[in-house]
Amino acid sequence: MKFSEEFRDESLVKVASSRLARYEGYEATIMEVCGTHTMSAARFGLRFLLPSGISLISGPGCPVCVTDQRDIDAFLSIAQLPGVILVTFGDMMRVPGSSTSLERLRAEGIDVRVVYSPMDAVSIARENPLREVVFLGIGFETTTPGTAVAVRSACEEGLQNFSVYCCHKTMPPALRALLSSGDVAISGLLLPGHVTTIIGARAYEFIPREFNVPCAVAGFEPLDMLMAIEMILHQIAERNPRVENAYWRAVNEFPNELARALMAEVFVPADSVWRGIGVIPGSGMELAPKYSEFDAKKRYADVIPSVQSTSNTLCRCGEVLRGVIPPTKCSLFGRSCTPTTPVGPCMVSSEGACAAAYKYGSIE
Amino acid sequence: MSLSDTQVSLKHGAGGTAMTELIDAVFTATYGNDLATRDDSARIDIEGPVAFTTDSFVVDPIFFPGGDIGRLAVAGTVNDLLTIGAKPVALSASFIIEEGLPISDLLSIARSMALTAREANVRIVTGDTKVVPRGSADKVFITTSGIGTILLNGLSGAAAKPGDAIILTGSIGDHGAAVMLAREKLLDAESIESDTAPLVDIVLNLIRAGCKIHAMRDPTRGGIAASLNEIAKQSRVGIDLDGRALVVKPAVAAACEVLGIDPFYVANEGKMLIFVDPRDAERSLEIVKQSAYGAEAALVGWVNALHSGQVRLRTTIGTTRIVSPPTGELLPRIC
Repeated sequence: MKFSEEFRDESLVKVASSRLARYEGYEATIMEVCGTHTMSAARFGLRFLLPSGISLISGPGCPVCVTDQRDIDAFLSIAQLPGVILVTFGDMMRVPGSSTSLERLRAEGIDVRVVYSPMDAVSIARENPLREVVFLGIGFETTTPGTAVAVRSACEEGLQNFSVYCCHKTMPPALRALLSSGDVAISGLLLPGHVTTIIGARAYEFIPREFNVPCAVAGFEPLDMLMAIEMILHQIAERNPRVENAYWRAVNEFPNELARALMAEVFVPADSVWRGIGVIPGSGMELAPKYSEFDAKKRYADVIPSVQSTSNTLCRCGEVLRGVIPPTKCSLFGRSCTPTTPVGPCMVSSEGACAAAYKYGSIE
Repeated sequence: MSLSDTQVSLKHGAGGTAMTELIDAVFTATYGNDLATRDDSARIDIEGPVAFTTDSFVVDPIFFPGGDIGRLAVAGTVNDLLTIGAKPVALSASFIIEEGLPISDLLSIARSMALTAREANVRIVTGDTKVVPRGSADKVFITTSGIGTILLNGLSGAAAKPGDAIILTGSIGDHGAAVMLAREKLLDAESIESDTAPLVDIVLNLIRAGCKIHAMRDPTRGGIAASLNEIAKQSRVGIDLDGRALVVKPAVAAACEVLGIDPFYVANEGKMLIFVDPRDAERSLEIVKQSAYGAEAALVGWVNALHSGQVRLRTTIGTTRIVSPPTGELLPRIC
């Protein structure tokens, strides 16, 4: 596969890894912000290629994982309303709510459909004019433009039976909140490649400036990540934190103008609740007034406030998401919480840190 | 074909003349073997010990690039018999048909089954047809059972031994990826073909050549990750897999990246994992490669006594990680 196989080349990986060996003796904790990085690092066993003092920790970049329990319970309630078809990406199916999940509801006969594109939800609405189609908008800047296109299309077509339950979030405010909290000593940030194709690398310049933390944008293949880690270690050695780009085949300094304009047209920034972190000002996306008729939170405003949320107090997803503990430090991990019996979303999502740790395991 | 109808309806499952007509026109004519009598049971002369297996097929869509539910039903049951060293002899085929299925589709499926059975040198000797109202089933479900004569005793998922070489007869993930693309109409749905095939030649040639096979499994649902973990646990051995020896076709790899799935967990319907005594490894590999469905075979791993119950992968970049068993991923109906 062009642009991915080349970045898994064993001999080049050896070269990259031997260059990293120069940083033997350094102590650094590098956070991979994005869940896809977490999975890729686990799948390729990257930690075996790093100097002994360098460790990777997972961050808040798994959109399924950071979705607030109240949002989960709210859309589970909406799904159960008569006449509703709930449309979602597959990742959300097994995420546990307070008392059920979409997967369980579907088994009970509730109409829940899995799609690969938000536009499929628009098609479902078109084909089912007598039903209410609610699309679950989850994801960071990478998936938000897709939802924007769907909303705009539904609007242009005049599809009145389509709405979006919007949980979209933006990455820079979350990183600011995480670094401000001082919970974890982070020596460097491996910045999310896909998100940055949309928002541009300049969006992170506040991080070295205000927090003195080295940054590198990384792709998702082993070589991409090793290159970015080397950039971060080099910045640490030079005491010169800045934002570097190790994913130049995809990422620019500046935003993708088309996507930016689309998001600005369809969404407005809003405060958003993140699991494990709390309210982060301006980190959410709400439908702009022009499109508010497609906002499921408004359409079902009478249902949502009565939703009761409880979560398992032993579940430590929140701390995992902030990089405070590794998944294995949670007392539920691998015992009562497994991918088939998840207690928290980090064990379900294909980008979740707990799922990665469970699936790819540890070799002593 | 003398049928006047174009679609299957409830009358075709009612036990009357409409049913007889359908069975005659679609099945008896197509399977064309003297053993398929009108009696309630088939009579077969078979030498023991006997292997006996059954499997149901509910794949959606029923026609997909590289195969269809009929070929899948015959190949799947034939391959299951082969895994314990049996030569497949006879199959049954039961159909649950949703009212409204085009009879032309049913005929295509029956023809495909007949062709695959001929290829596998096995006869379909008995069967059943039920028709259910629209919505009570999805187009057509098929159950095939099979019996065979065991030619090599002792083959079992519990019989892999430390030192054994593991041969995989070709690329991984073709069937699951083909069905998922066809179902979701993603990418270029025709770019990947299912590998559905009966592996009679491969297995019988190995047995006839006297290769010391200890265990075999066809890595269907759950992919090679499921099969290898099962054998590691059943045999209480460790398995080391060489990621560089595994073949993933570029289109399959691309589809898996897009769908966010790992080809290790994607179904195969024409592949066999063969655990063989190391002294017979090279010879066995050569034999497998001579068969049409084994041209891309490779030695992909070794069995050890070190990490019992665990499958480890040496990745393409030279690191090592665990290959965990699948946990019930959300995948569409693929078999």
